[in-house]
Amino acid sequence: MLNFIVRRLLALLPVLLAVSLLTFLIAALLPGDLALVILGDQATPENVAALRRDMGLDQPLWWRYLSWLGHVLQGDLGRSFRTGQTVLQAVAERIPVSLQLMLMAEFIGLLIGVPVAIACAARAGGAFDRFMTGSAFAMLSMPSFLTAILLIYLFAVELHWLPATGYVPFTEEPLANLRFFVLPALTLALAEWPGIMRVLRSDMIATLQEDYIALAKAKGLKPSRILFVHALKPSSLTLVTVTGINIGRLLGGTLIVESIFALPGIGRLLVGAIYTRDLVILQGVVLLVACGFVIVNFIVDMLYAVLDPRIRHGHA
Amino acid sequence: MSAPLLTIEDVAVELPTPRGNLRAVDHVDLSLEAGRTLGIVGESGCGKTMLSRAVLQLLPKKAKLTGRVMFDGQDLVRLAPDSLRRLRGRDLAVVFQDPMTSLNPVLTIGTQLMETIQEHLELDAPAARKRSIELLAAVGIPAPEQRLAQYPHQCSGGMRQRIAIAIALSCEPKLLIADEPTTALDVTIQAQILDLLAREQGRRHMAMIIITHDLGVVAGRADEVAVMYAGRVVERAPTSALFKRMHMPYTEALLAAIPKLDAVPHTPLPAISGRPPDPTRPLKGCSFAPRCNYASGRCHEAKPVLTSAEMPGHLYACFHPIRMAEGIEA
Repeated sequence: MLNFIVRRLLALLPVLLAVSLLTFLIAALLPGDLALVILGDQATPENVAALRRDMGLDQPLWWRYLSWLGHVLQGDLGRSFRTGQTVLQAVAERIPVSLQLMLMAEFIGLLIGVPVAIACAARAGGAFDRFMTGSAFAMLSMPSFLTAILLIYLFAVELHWLPATGYVPFTEEPLANLRFFVLPALTLALAEWPGIMRVLRSDMIATLQEDYIALAKAKGLKPSRILFVHALKPSSLTLVTVTGINIGRLLGGTLIVESIFALPGIGRLLVGAIYTRDLVILQGVVLLVACGFVIVNFIVDMLYAVLDPRIRHGHA
Repeated sequence: MSAPLLTIEDVAVELPTPRGNLRAVDHVDLSLEAGRTLGIVGESGCGKTMLSRAVLQLLPKKAKLTGRVMFDGQDLVRLAPDSLRRLRGRDLAVVFQDPMTSLNPVLTIGTQLMETIQEHLELDAPAARKRSIELLAAVGIPAPEQRLAQYPHQCSGGMRQRIAIAIALSCEPKLLIADEPTTALDVTIQAQILDLLAREQGRRHMAMIIITHDLGVVAGRADEVAVMYAGRVVERAPTSALFKRMHMPYTEALLAAIPKLDAVPHTPLPAISGRPPDPTRPLKGCSFAPRCNYASGRCHEAKPVLTSAEMPGHLYACFHPIRMAEGIEA
């Protein structure tokens, strides 16, 4: 098992290196002179040239990449030239919001998707299965801004149950914080559950055809034990993959949902950085989010081994 | 003689297919007494597995089953799901063909054994564990305690089939159905597994149905043999009577298709020519007639019914039964 973990960790190194190169190139190859952006239209060519030298922009690309990478490895991702905040400060400030949104959205998504998938697979082709498969398809084709607006209209405007927009930190007012998060999390979850449900449903249906399920029935086990113990675990590998990808994606914040519900998360930070051409923040945030994505996928790989002993023992 | 433990009465199984209904089992009657062994023999697709699934009530959802399966005084076909569940695994156990697929790959061997024991016998976990170890030892697994924590992929094929047998035996069933229990195994392991089944059967006084395509498997082990072809039982006899004098040309052909140790090297194996009839298009006459060396015009016109031979308990369905002189000395 330890051997397995070390092998997978070593495999991550080239991936992380490629990620860093790509994020560096995004910022470096964008049109427009960074020095000109910082100094504004009024700047004299001499000032621009001086700043370029100062920032090392006159150096060759590969040298700039290596020196940037060197700083990154020492934990220095740079400082916004707009706000003076370091990248790490800006991200640390925003990440709890995106993290909480991600966790709540995935939790609600799994809470809807998993039981529905199991119920559908248990009676595949039945009325409930056909209805839910159809509903999932409909939900998949609904964009999140539309869901968000419909939810706001129903729960905030008509029923007055929940606030439409806003945010307070959990540490200050836990209950109010949760109330602010319900609608955005639900918006995301409504887009997440159809994928979760479809993947798990089809894997479950395939598993239920297996000989070992027939044997479990022949052993006289209760239907609930057959579904949850014998069928769910071997069916959940794809589900874990999909959930991992969802988490990785939501980790970077959600531009649309955070904007609609006015949540100060990573997504809003990115949008702001793009508008103000704050390339240092943009580069740093993209790098951190990409690394987070890679790490989540590493954890997913580990989960495979937990779920399937054949992977753990190197048989598969 | 006491009342039979299992009586299969006029059982038919139909499967809907895009080409029309497929009659997998065609009105079969069989019975089996407690402690005895019935061999069901036939080539692939003859309905023998479907018949065993009908007894276990494990047919595909769309299959249509008619007739009665009386087991220990109850009709399994009409039994409530919950009562059926309590019967399965406790009184009625099964060993499937392929031990590579019949054990759950993500659960330990201990879990798969103990869950059956704890479902049916009122034992706590330590007692169920102790019983599991005894069972594994009884089926010839070395170091049974260590095996409990292992997963199926850590065991060889023969070992897995022994584990599957241990699971089947775990609650002292009255009837064990072994569906081609050795087909997926190495030849060297086959005899070991069959001997193990025979030994445990004798020790526990349970009835057993061995399903196989190999007449050699049932030869020394079954009390009675039923030969199936195209969903029907075409010959049925006490094993010794059958091998002394088989009446069906099909049974003879099955026996001839077994490789013989004393044959001259490179002797071609006499395979049964042609293919079984399309089960969605039943023939008017005998299903075996198109492939039979003895068939006459009458065989294509009418279906022969099971008739008694001179030997008591020997039934066959043929218009041109093989005479002694033409039969093979077994």
